Amino acid sequence: MANNTTGFYSNPIVKWIEYRLPIFSTLDHVVGSQYPAPKNLNYWWNFGSLAGLCLVIQILTGIVLVMHYTPQTSLAFDSVEHIMRDVNYGWLLRYMHSNGASMFFVAVYIHIFRGLYYGSYKAPRELLWWLGLVIFLLMMATAFMGYVLPWGQMSFWGATVITNLFSAIPVIGEPIVHWLWGGFAVDNPTLNRFFSLHYLLPFVIVGVVVLHVLALHQHGSNNPLGIDTKGPQDKIPFHPYYTIKDLFGIGLFLLFFGYWLFYNPNGLGHPDNYIPANPLVTPAHIVPEWYFLPFYAILRSVPDIWFIEAKLAGVIAMFGSILILFVLPWLDTSKVRSAKFRPIYKQLFWVFVLACIGLWYAGGQPPEGMALVIGRVCTIYYFLHFLVLLPLVGWFEKPLKLPASISEAVLKGDAAPGAAGSKA
Amino acid sequence: MAGTATQKAGTTEPTRRDFIVVAAGAFGAVGAAAALWPFIDQMNPSEDVLALSSTEVDLSQIEVGQSLTVLWRGKPVFVRHRTKAEIEAAEKDDNADLKDPQRDEDRVQKPEWLVLVGVCTHLGCVPLGEQGEYHGWFCPCHGSVYDTSGRIRKGPAPKNLAVPQYTFLTDTRIRIG
Repeated sequence: MANNTTGFYSNPIVKWIEYRLPIFSTLDHVVGSQYPAPKNLNYWWNFGSLAGLCLVIQILTGIVLVMHYTPQTSLAFDSVEHIMRDVNYGWLLRYMHSNGASMFFVAVYIHIFRGLYYGSYKAPRELLWWLGLVIFLLMMATAFMGYVLPWGQMSFWGATVITNLFSAIPVIGEPIVHWLWGGFAVDNPTLNRFFSLHYLLPFVIVGVVVLHVLALHQHGSNNPLGIDTKGPQDKIPFHPYYTIKDLFGIGLFLLFFGYWLFYNPNGLGHPDNYIPANPLVTPAHIVPEWYFLPFYAILRSVPDIWFIEAKLAGVIAMFGSILILFVLPWLDTSKVRSAKFRPIYKQLFWVFVLACIGLWYAGGQPPEGMALVIGRVCTIYYFLHFLVLLPLVGWFEKPLKLPASISEAVLKGDAAPGAAGSKA
Repeated sequence: MAGTATQKAGTTEPTRRDFIVVAAGAFGAVGAAAALWPFIDQMNPSEDVLALSSTEVDLSQIEVGQSLTVLWRGKPVFVRHRTKAEIEAAEKDDNADLKDPQRDEDRVQKPEWLVLVGVCTHLGCVPLGEQGEYHGWFCPCHGSVYDTSGRIRKGPAPKNLAVPQYTFLTDTRIRIG
């Protein structure tokens, strides 16, 4: 620890602090000039820092919203309306928070699919991938509980339906549900604990993000070619090259965010959530927020399987669809990371994306007719992709020839034809 | 001599110190687990929630063919004054192909009064009355269909609508819970 890092800085105040607390050199090594990153990262590598930005926005807006919100069943809905109508800039802060959640999921979903396409989950980055999945699970729990807080109809019935999932567990299901509720239905105790956890979990996410970044720095970023960096000629310092690139991406992302925030702030929500919660009347069509629709589709697509009734089978399939991602590094038997050099996997990846879009569509429709068929076909394909296709493709696929190094591929410019996807 | 003796004891059989370490560790672990329990149990229904677990309903205001929905333990309870036709339909289907077989007479105390927890056994939505194929209840969330006895007939729900514990206090008054 006692390495002399002060000589690196010229500002006397920075020097004075650095001598006592090596904060500047630490930052430099995490996101600064002392962190070498592969020189060929494309724009798909922007979404990690964008997700980080979203987390910061959610925490900041959340903290100030709590200054005006009341977690009590008879007051919660009105306190949200109070924020919208009376609190200075309350409407802006609440819309930033509710739409910010959607932006967070946009960034994280693209970040995950980036990882799937370029094989970022493969050795030696398995734990980095796991930590990312843990963040994803925590995000889903946080978003779900946050959606309950305004205590509208969708809040209440969404909470009822999702907590009832646990009643599918044999024997201990019902005690677990009563424990989650703190009563015999979703009520004030439920609202209070969801509020408490909704405030806590984002900080837990921050903690896991720190581990995620720590794991990232152990072997550095993956890159569009998926080959290891071989030396300094393959790398450029994170600052200023990627800080400025990330900043540019943030600018574009904020424009996208701004569209929803200022021109369509309720476009991603559901109008029924502007009706106060009523435990006696269920809305005709309960749908979760858009970012949960694919999982909701899987939940509803599964029929009775042998002796397992549909309710339990659906719950197992839904949780399984995420848990299966934890074993992905071992299901994918190919040693080649990037889909750029995997002609068959590359096509399967896009079919998989289509299946996810199909699930997303089916999750928003009532489970009948064509939507149910689409939901079932896509659910089967989702699991087929991971459990059958990926292990097999790794065996019989003949990967294209990998470039000798990043620097060779980048400088010759012909090893990665058209740099596919790099500027999309 | 003494030195080699203790060394031998240290490698072959547990010493007094080993015993203290294991015992203290185990005792500490039990203590920590016991201290954890209040943090878990505080989330279970509290005394006041448990205390609010009965509701009385005056039946005299419910005409034949009408239903009343009351709130019991935060859940809706349907009290339905069934028509002759509904009772007949329910009894006729006692031997039909039921997912959760139960006879109508086992679900009522008096055939004209049907008391049900109005919570779909699938994922907890409130079914709509006098709707669906069997003119019983229909759940709008995921399409479960219940008959005039509140038995599951179609859709994803696994069980019949639950019958809560209730007692007739008088001919026109029941207490649920």
